[in-house]
Amino acid sequence: MPKTLFDKIWDAHVVASAEDGPDLLYIDLHLIHEVTSPQAFSGLREAGRRVRRPDCTFATMDHNVPTDHPKDVKDETARLQLDTLKKNCEDFHIRLADLDSQEQGIVHVIGPELGLTLPGKTIVCGDSHTSTHGAFGAIAFGIGTSEVEHVLATQCLWQVRPKTMLVEFHGKCAPGVTSKDVILAVIAKYGVGFGTGYAVEYAGEFVAGLSMEARMTLCNMSIEAGARAGLIAPDDVTFAYLKGRNYAPSGADWEQALRLWRDMPSDDGAVYDAVVSFDVSEVEPQVTWGTNPGMGGSISDVLPRPEDCAHDVERANVEKALEYMGLEAGTTLLGVPVQHVFIGSCTNGRIEDLRAAARIVQGRHVASGVRAMVVPGSKQVKQQAESEGLDAVFQAAGFEWREPGCSMCLGMNPDLVPAGERCASTSNRNFEGRQGRGARTHLVSPMMAAAAAIAGEFVDVRTWLDREEAIGFGTIQPA
Amino acid sequence: MEPFNQHEGKVAVLNRSNVDTDQIIPKQFLKRIEKTGFGDVLFYDWRYTPDGKERPEFPLNQEATQGATILLAGHNFGCGSSREHAVWALRDYGFRAILAPSFADIFYNNCFKNGILPISLSDTAWTGLTPVIRGEMTRLTIDLPHQKIILQNGESYEFPIADYAKQMLLLGLDDIGITLRYQQDIDRYELNKRQPYQRVYGL
Ligand code: SF4
Repeated sequence: MPKTLFDKIWDAHVVASAEDGPDLLYIDLHLIHEVTSPQAFSGLREAGRRVRRPDCTFATMDHNVPTDHPKDVKDETARLQLDTLKKNCEDFHIRLADLDSQEQGIVHVIGPELGLTLPGKTIVCGDSHTSTHGAFGAIAFGIGTSEVEHVLATQCLWQVRPKTMLVEFHGKCAPGVTSKDVILAVIAKYGVGFGTGYAVEYAGEFVAGLSMEARMTLCNMSIEAGARAGLIAPDDVTFAYLKGRNYAPSGADWEQALRLWRDMPSDDGAVYDAVVSFDVSEVEPQVTWGTNPGMGGSISDVLPRPEDCAHDVERANVEKALEYMGLEAGTTLLGVPVQHVFIGSCTNGRIEDLRAAARIVQGRHVASGVRAMVVPGSKQVKQQAESEGLDAVFQAAGFEWREPGCSMCLGMNPDLVPAGERCASTSNRNFEGRQGRGARTHLVSPMMAAAAAIAGEFVDVRTWLDREEAIGFGTIQPA
Repeated sequence: MEPFNQHEGKVAVLNRSNVDTDQIIPKQFLKRIEKTGFGDVLFYDWRYTPDGKERPEFPLNQEATQGATILLAGHNFGCGSSREHAVWALRDYGFRAILAPSFADIFYNNCFKNGILPISLSDTAWTGLTPVIRGEMTRLTIDLPHQKIILQNGESYEFPIADYAKQMLLLGLDDIGITLRYQQDIDRYELNKRQPYQRVYGL
């Protein structure tokens, strides 16, 4: 029977099956960070259990790390978590990219760039954006702390096989529109729950034409559509990205790997439980206006009116969201002032994201009253950006250039948005309070965030690109 | 883990959909390294004003819901971050069962590992619970062996649950303990299926 990419990986990892229940799935790679692991390790200690495969486990520090002076952790409880991770990794012989390591960074940025993330693997982490790694043709999903403990102890996990969904993209994106805009548009159209219970595979010529960075952004946001896993079939783009990475196979092993990986894409005639077709040529730059990633639309869209909502619950949700966000129904976001701009996170903190933002920023200056920061996703991203001179571009424009970490994506470190203030953010969640109590988060692409920083308000970045094309990049004087 | 069999208790109603785990337990409380003590900060931003006073309009602050052990909420409950702290907080507060028309996957799974019964309500059950949502009835009985929710007026509604999940709750089992019984299968898998690809997939 023809199989999907997902089925092939899943079937190759079933250790045992409970009758009428879940499968016991073998886990190839377990990524760990400081926030969701301490209780798992204390559980192991209490039960006198060991880590079954420290060699398949890799830890980093990201969520709590201050991004101005990473080693000066003033928050006692944050320091306790970082110290606890270090101690746990020492005691259980787990490789740790700590703050001194050149491999440190956001867990979903370092996995791929170190070559830990590979096609065909099963990958888990106590973090919902683990779906990111699916961009390489892996089954990757977020787990809770009890499951972290379970994987540490057994290298396996009981999982109910999800249904499969194929999201097929058609058409080509307009200039100024990125994979971030596409996935936001998909979630705005189908809602934050449409992927619940599914592993979603993204395909189509649009996906084939994307870089690995852009594919990761797509898969990263799968969880915002409710899907625990997002996948893309591995192809030459994938292999080119992986070749030569620190932990990727090399030499004869690389050749063996390639043979395996080339067999992985879904077979002709493989059946999915659901198929969705989506035209990307119509997608415009997206901005969320509400308090979940589905509450968004194109930059020029008119904000919804509660009275137009079909259901009571929906009406209440829209009313609440508009009130929290300090927005008026029936207006647009164009020209709405922002006080903060955050470029970073596991969604858009990769080198290509920083390049795209820098192109907009070059030769311009951040509007007065706007605090703008760039937080590279990892040490490697930071170094690469600096070697290309992007740090200088950002700093000359008035951006803060920070050390790697999750930072303002969730504000567990001191990078917070004050109550009532507005942030254009390249992260993935605009939940109430996510970036600080009362903070108003608008999810956008790196280019849209960069343009908002310069203009001091939301603009349609496409109108700038026209100017760029006419005059050439980098020649425009600060506005 | 405390087994779950029959449970009778007071209901708190949170009639919102897409309640995310950032709301259930805001990030500033994720820095603890224990599993307990989260109940006091459950729904923190909704429950308290910035200066720490209770917001009287929030359901958990109302007289009628004090001591509630059953939470009734809207669609897609527990979406967002995978933080199990959300479940620990609900459990620490005293909730034993959460009823909603639908749940986010990770949250749903996390419940079973902490002795909380998540119940996905059918449309019929959701409609049937209208008197509870309106506050006309305040208590429910949940019968896990028979998979039934029983209202005070005697009406009852069935709910679905996977058999293994039901057994875990009924027996209060630790699932690592269960898995370790499969030790031989895991050894065999590693030897036959994983070893040949060690050079490809090993760190
Ligand atoms: S950057 Fe944000 S979403 Fe990504 S791992 Fe960090 S906190 Fe989670």
